[in-house]
Amino acid sequence: MLRLLTTRLVAIVPTLIFATFTIFGLQHIGPADPATVILGENATEERILEVREQLGLNDPLVIQYGKWLGNVATGDLGESIIRSERVATTIKTSLPVTLQLVLSGVLISVAVGVPLGILAATRANKPTDVMVTSGSAIGVSIPSFWLGLVLITAFAINWKIFPARGFATPGDGLGEAFRHTLLPAFVVSTSGIAIVTRQVRGAMIEALSADSVRTHQAKGLPWMTILWKHALRNSAVTIVTVIGLLVNTTLGATVVIEAVFAIPGMGFRVINAASGRDFPVIQGVVLTYVVIVLAINLLIDIAYRIIDPRIQ
Amino acid sequence: MTAQTSGEAVPSDSVGPAGALRLQKFDWLWADTRAKVALGWVLVVLFVAIFAPLIAPADPSEQNLRSILAGPSSDYLLGTDDIGRDFFSRMLYGARVSMFGAFLAVLVAMVIGIPVGLIAGYVGGVIENVLMRIVDSILGFPAIVLAIGLVAALGPGLTNAMIAVGVTFSPSVARLMRGQVLATKNHLYVDAAEQYGSPTWRTVLRHILPNAIQPIIVQAALLLAVAFLAEAALSFLGLGAQPPTPSWGGMLSRSSQFLQVSPAVQLYTPGLAIALTVLAINALGDSLRDSLDPVAGTERRLRRMLAKTTKGLGSNDANNSPNQPEANMAVPPEIHPATARSAQS
Repeated sequence: MLRLLTTRLVAIVPTLIFATFTIFGLQHIGPADPATVILGENATEERILEVREQLGLNDPLVIQYGKWLGNVATGDLGESIIRSERVATTIKTSLPVTLQLVLSGVLISVAVGVPLGILAATRANKPTDVMVTSGSAIGVSIPSFWLGLVLITAFAINWKIFPARGFATPGDGLGEAFRHTLLPAFVVSTSGIAIVTRQVRGAMIEALSADSVRTHQAKGLPWMTILWKHALRNSAVTIVTVIGLLVNTTLGATVVIEAVFAIPGMGFRVINAASGRDFPVIQGVVLTYVVIVLAINLLIDIAYRIIDPRIQ
Repeated sequence: MTAQTSGEAVPSDSVGPAGALRLQKFDWLWADTRAKVALGWVLVVLFVAIFAPLIAPADPSEQNLRSILAGPSSDYLLGTDDIGRDFFSRMLYGARVSMFGAFLAVLVAMVIGIPVGLIAGYVGGVIENVLMRIVDSILGFPAIVLAIGLVAALGPGLTNAMIAVGVTFSPSVARLMRGQVLATKNHLYVDAAEQYGSPTWRTVLRHILPNAIQPIIVQAALLLAVAFLAEAALSFLGLGAQPPTPSWGGMLSRSSQFLQVSPAVQLYTPGLAIALTVLAINALGDSLRDSLDPVAGTERRLRRMLAKTTKGLGSNDANNSPNQPEANMAVPPEIHPATARSAQS
């Protein structure tokens, strides 16, 4: 297991290096000069040159990249241009918020999607299945931010059950955290539910058509045991793959939803930073997203081998 | 994706033969009608997008300050927005902006992805390794996050935003293309062309590309739907289409700032328009895949045959009945690229 972990970690290194290169490159591919962005259009020529010198923008790109990477490696992500805050602090405060939302979204997707997928698989091509399948087609087609707005109108403005904006973590009291998380987490999970349902349905249909299922049935094993113990187990690899995919999708979905519900997570921060061209924040936050995705892929890889030792 | 179609007609726990038959027919009609309705809706949106200036009752940026956030009336079919512009006309023009944006993103993805996939697949070796490493690491970014970063770099605006979205889509196209090239390039006709002294570019363009392109077309259709959603999201966030350009996402963003006072139709129409269009494009992409994919095609024929036989036989036991060929349908054997390549040399 340790050897596996090391080889996997080594394999990630080139990907991570290329990712940092892309992230660093972001502020250099555009037409905007970072010094002009900081100082505004009306700054004097001398002042711009001065700031360029300060920021090290006159060094060759490779040197700049090396310096930046060195700083990142030691946890120094620089300082925000528009808010006087260290980028590391921004991430430290916004990451838990986003993770809470992602985790809740994933939980809802699995809790709703897996039973729906099994239901559809056991009734393949019957009205129930057609309904579930169409439902998931709709789930991936609805713009999540719009669904968020509709739910805010209904549950927050008209009926005043849930708050329309803001967020609370379990530190602020469990009840508050729940009230603030439920609505956005549900919105975030819509496409996730659809993905899980589809994949579980497909995997279960295949698992249920296996000869072993027929044998179990002939033996007189209860249908529920066949379903939950044997067929579901044979679809486990697919389900783990789906969960990996799901975390990535949900992570992407939180970006826009954080803006809709004014939740101070990483998505909210990166959008504000993008409008203000606050590159240190963009770079830091995007890098954090990439690290999360890579970490999840690693975990999924390991999970495969635990579930199915045949996979090499 | 294939998993979901590969076993569609699998028996359910207790369906009588009559029920199974009826439902299979129903399923077919449903699938077929769905594609037709979807095509109809997409054509309507395209028509509106092209002819917006001719059918719109008002100028989309003309303001009537005496009528602000008004509800639907005979003058203003969907009411007016927060600065008194005709919402209906803006919806019609919005179709144009959103469609253009979605097509642009897919075009960019194709223009980057197809050549990269072709080169990686055909040339192989170190170049393939390097290209695929880059492709894989771009796939490691959540697409929307990378798109936002790119928009920040290029500056906000519809064109820049959709170029950014296209760039984030391109790795998936490159990957698919490479796989297709690997599967195609060992066919005899490619070998024959090479033996006859056809130049590399000609072999690639005349023999490999046309035979590898079908899944790419399906992918393009499915990406179009995602691009449509991405355009809406980025315009909603203020990074896409800039005011006064009307786009469905941007209009939702404005309506959302006046949620408590703006007419309800102005919250529902842009959202429903986006959802229906994405649903329709997805449905079209699905049926396109079914009709192009030989495996799915065979499945259809088999299912049709099966429907006939069940009718003839009138078998009683549908509970996990074994005569369902598509469940265990063998995937057509593929020549493994690596072995074929070594055999060649």
